Amino acid sequence: MTQAQVKYAGTAVADPMTPVLFEVGKIKRELSDTFTLELISQSGNPFSFKPGQFTMLYQFGVGEVPISISGDPLNPSKLTHTIRAVGKVTEAMMRLKKGDMVGVRGPFGTNWPVEAAEGSDVVIITGGVGLAPLRPAIYHLLANRKRYGNICIYYGARTPEDILFRKQLEKWRGRFDLKVEVTVDRALAGWNGRVGVVTKLLDLGGFDADQTVAMVCGPEVMMRFSVRALNELGVRNDSIYVSMERNMKCAVGFCGHCQYGSAFVCKDGPVFPFSDLEEIFDVREL
Amino acid sequence: MGTETLKYVISLSEVGKLLGNIKGQGFHVVGPVLADGAIIYDTIHSIEDLPSGYQDEQEGGHYRLKKSTGRRGERDALFRYTVGPSSWKRFLFPPEQKLWKAVREGKSFSIESPKEKPPRYAFFGVRPCEVSALKIQDKVFCNNDFQDKGYAEKRKKSLVIAVNCTRSVSTCFCRSMDTGPKANGGFDLALTEISDGKNHRFIVEVGSKKGSKLLKGIDHTLAERHDLSSAAARVNSAKRAMKRQMPKDAAKILSKNSEHPHWKDVAARCLNCANCTMVCPTCFCSTVEDTTSLSGDVAERWRRWDSCFTVDFSYIHGGPIRRDSAARYRQWLTHKLSSWHDQFGTSGCTGCGRCITWCPVGIDITEEIKALQKGGK
Amino acid sequence: MVKKTDLGPILEGHPFFDGMDEGARKLIVGCAKNAVFHDDDMVYKEGAAADTFYLIRHGSIALEVHTPAREPLVIETLSNGEILGWSWLVPPYRCRFDARAIGVVRAIAIDAKCLRGKCEKDHSLGYQFYKQFLPVISSRLGAARLQMIDMYGDPIAYAQKTQAVEKDTLPAKPTPGKVKKAKGKKS
Repeated sequence: MTQAQVKYAGTAVADPMTPVLFEVGKIKRELSDTFTLELISQSGNPFSFKPGQFTMLYQFGVGEVPISISGDPLNPSKLTHTIRAVGKVTEAMMRLKKGDMVGVRGPFGTNWPVEAAEGSDVVIITGGVGLAPLRPAIYHLLANRKRYGNICIYYGARTPEDILFRKQLEKWRGRFDLKVEVTVDRALAGWNGRVGVVTKLLDLGGFDADQTVAMVCGPEVMMRFSVRALNELGVRNDSIYVSMERNMKCAVGFCGHCQYGSAFVCKDGPVFPFSDLEEIFDVREL
Repeated sequence: MGTETLKYVISLSEVGKLLGNIKGQGFHVVGPVLADGAIIYDTIHSIEDLPSGYQDEQEGGHYRLKKSTGRRGERDALFRYTVGPSSWKRFLFPPEQKLWKAVREGKSFSIESPKEKPPRYAFFGVRPCEVSALKIQDKVFCNNDFQDKGYAEKRKKSLVIAVNCTRSVSTCFCRSMDTGPKANGGFDLALTEISDGKNHRFIVEVGSKKGSKLLKGIDHTLAERHDLSSAAARVNSAKRAMKRQMPKDAAKILSKNSEHPHWKDVAARCLNCANCTMVCPTCFCSTVEDTTSLSGDVAERWRRWDSCFTVDFSYIHGGPIRRDSAARYRQWLTHKLSSWHDQFGTSGCTGCGRCITWCPVGIDITEEIKALQKGGK
Repeated sequence: MVKKTDLGPILEGHPFFDGMDEGARKLIVGCAKNAVFHDDDMVYKEGAAADTFYLIRHGSIALEVHTPAREPLVIETLSNGEILGWSWLVPPYRCRFDARAIGVVRAIAIDAKCLRGKCEKDHSLGYQFYKQFLPVISSRLGAARLQMIDMYGDPIAYAQKTQAVEKDTLPAKPTPGKVKKAKGKKS
C-alpha cells in the first residue's frame, strides 16, 4: 500500500446554483431503505472532494437534496453517495437505474479534520446512516495509516439488519491496526454481536483521551450523548468534531435555511469542532 | 467621506432633466409611486410620476397616506414621505426568479440557464436606511465564498440616486442604527430637498464617478453656505423627531438571552404572518420550487422569497426544528440583530421601521429588545 | 461449572473493585467462585432467585426477554469487565431477565445471598456495595432510555406514529361528576 501524502484539488465551483449532469454508473441496495449511487461525470473530469463534504443531488422533475459523499477521496473518478430514502426525492432516487442521469452541485462544506488529526489517536463514533459521511475519512485514515496513532471505529445501528457497509466493517475489523466495534439497539437471539447504545462502546477504550481526535456523526441526539460520554472520558471539545444536519436549499449561504446560531451549516459546516457549538448545542429549537 | 466634499445646488426642473438623462442612457428607472394607498417602488418615466405632496403617517400596525394641504412648500415637495412596504431588494433579489430549466432528452436531460439579459436599474429616491440595506445585501449575495450571479450583475450595473430624509415618522429609528437620516456613501448622487415655498431646490452630493458624470449633464451651481445650512436643518429636524431607539447592545442582549421567558410572551402576540420578513429590506431567505410541465418533459427551478416564520422553513426529515412560534420569532430577531454581525460584520437592521408598521399586531422590535434586556442576562 | 480457587489476584484486576476498600474486597473473595459458561448456556432465567451476581472476565452474555411466539429479544449484551446481575440488591431478589452466554464466558460468581446477609449486619459495607452498583444501574437505565427512543429508526414513521393522533380524536375524559360509583354487593 502506498503511503503517499494525499492531496485534494481545489473545489471551486463555477456556477454554484446550476447542477452538472452525472450518469448513474451503479446503484446498490445497502439496506431496506438505503442505497449507494455511483455517479460518473459526463465531462470525464475527476470529482475531487474532501472527506465530510456533501453535494446537492437533483432528480429530474422531483427536486434536490443535500447528500454527503460516501466514496473514496482517493478515487475521484467515481462520485459515490449513500442515501437513505426518507423523502420524495430520495425515494425517487431509489428507483434510479444504471444509465439514468442526475444533477450534481458541489462539493460543498467543511471536512473532517483528517490532516489535523495526524499524530493523534482517532476515534470515530457513528450511528445509522451516519457512517456514510465518515467513510471517506476512514478511507483517508487507512490510506495514511502510519500517520495516526490508534484508530477506533465505534458504530451503532438499530438492529443487525440495519448495519450499513457490513462487509466492509467486517473486513476492517479483521485488521490488526484498527479497533472496530459494532453494537445494535436491539436484536433477536442468535445475534452474537453487542446489544446496547453506541456510547457504551467508548468504555472499551483503545485511545488516549489527551491525544485523541473524535469524529462523531449520527442522529443529533446520538451525537449529544456521544459528546457527553467523550467529555467524561476527558476528550476536550476542541478535539471533537460533529457533522450537523439542517434544512438546505442553496448550499452556498444564500437561502438562510440551514442557519444554526451564527453558522450556515452549508458553508461553515457540516463538520464543526464541537467547541464552536458548545454554547448553542443544548439550546432547543435553535 | 468626512472631509469637505463639494456640494451643488440644482433646481426642481433639473431633477426632471436628471431623470430624463438617466432614462436616456438606457436605465430602467425605478422610484416611489402611489399605489393601493401606499408608496411603493415601481417604474417611473418622469418626475410627474413621483407622489409629490404626499406625507405618510406610521405607527405600529398602522400606515396612512395623506396629501398635504399645508404650506406651499409641503404641497410641492417630492420627497416628504418616508419608506413604504416595498424595498429595492425586490429588483436585485426578485420575489420570484427562475434559476434554470431542465429539458428531458431520452434517458438524459439538459439544463439551461435563463438567457434574458438583466435590466440596468436606476434606483431613484433611495433613502439612507435603504442605501444601508443595499450594502448589507451586497455582503449576503456576494460573500467571501460564493456570488449570486444575478444579483451581482444587476447590482454592479445599477445606479443609486439617494434622497436624504427631511422628515421621519414614529416608526423610524435609523438614528440609533447610524444609517440615517443622511446617507453616508453607497450612492452615485444624493439629493436633499429644500422645498420652502419660494425656491424649490435640491442639494446634490456626488458619491461616484458615474454620479459626477450625471451631474455634468444638468445645470448646477456650487452650493452656498445658506443652502447647506438649510439642508442640514431639514435633515436635523427629521433626526430630532425620531423618538424610537434600538438599544446599542442589542446584539449582546440577544446572544445572551436565547432562553429568556419573554420569547413566549412575544410569540403569544406574533401571528407568524411573515409580514416583517417580506417588508424587511435586508431579509434574504429564499426557498426553491421545482415545477414540472404536464408532459413531464420540462422541469423548472424557481427561487422564491421565504420566511423563517413558516414552520416548514426548518424542516428536516421527521419534522421542523423550530416547532414553536417562540423559536421562530427568536430566530428572526436574533439573526437580524445579533448573528448577522457574526455572519456579515454588520447588523441586519437598518432602522427603517417597516417591520413595526406592517406588523398586523404592531410588535415593535425596539421594545422587544428592551423587554429582553430587562429580565435578561 | 463453578470452581473454587484462589481468586484474590483475579478479583484485583476487575474494574468492579476500583476504589473499594481492602476489607470489602476480602469479604467478596470469601464469597467468590470461578465460573465458566459455554455458548448458549443459560446463566440464569427470568424469575429465578437472584442469589448470585457475576463479574465477567472474558466473553459476552446476552440479556434477553422471552416473548411467546417470538424469538427472544436481546436487550443488552455485557462483556469483559462488566457486572451481570443487580437484582440481588432489590427485593424480591428475583432475576428480571434471561442471561445467556454467547460463546465461552469466564466469570467470577459471587454468592449474593451471603453478601446480602453481611450487608444487613454491616451497613457501612452495604453502603460500599450500593456505591459500586448504583452507577451500573443508572447507566443501564440511561442506555435503555436511549435505546427506547429508537434514534436510527425511520423518522417519518416515528412522526406519523407519535403525531398523527389529533387531540380531538382522543377519547374524551370522563367527567368526574358523572362517574357513578359501582355499588358492589357485599359478597
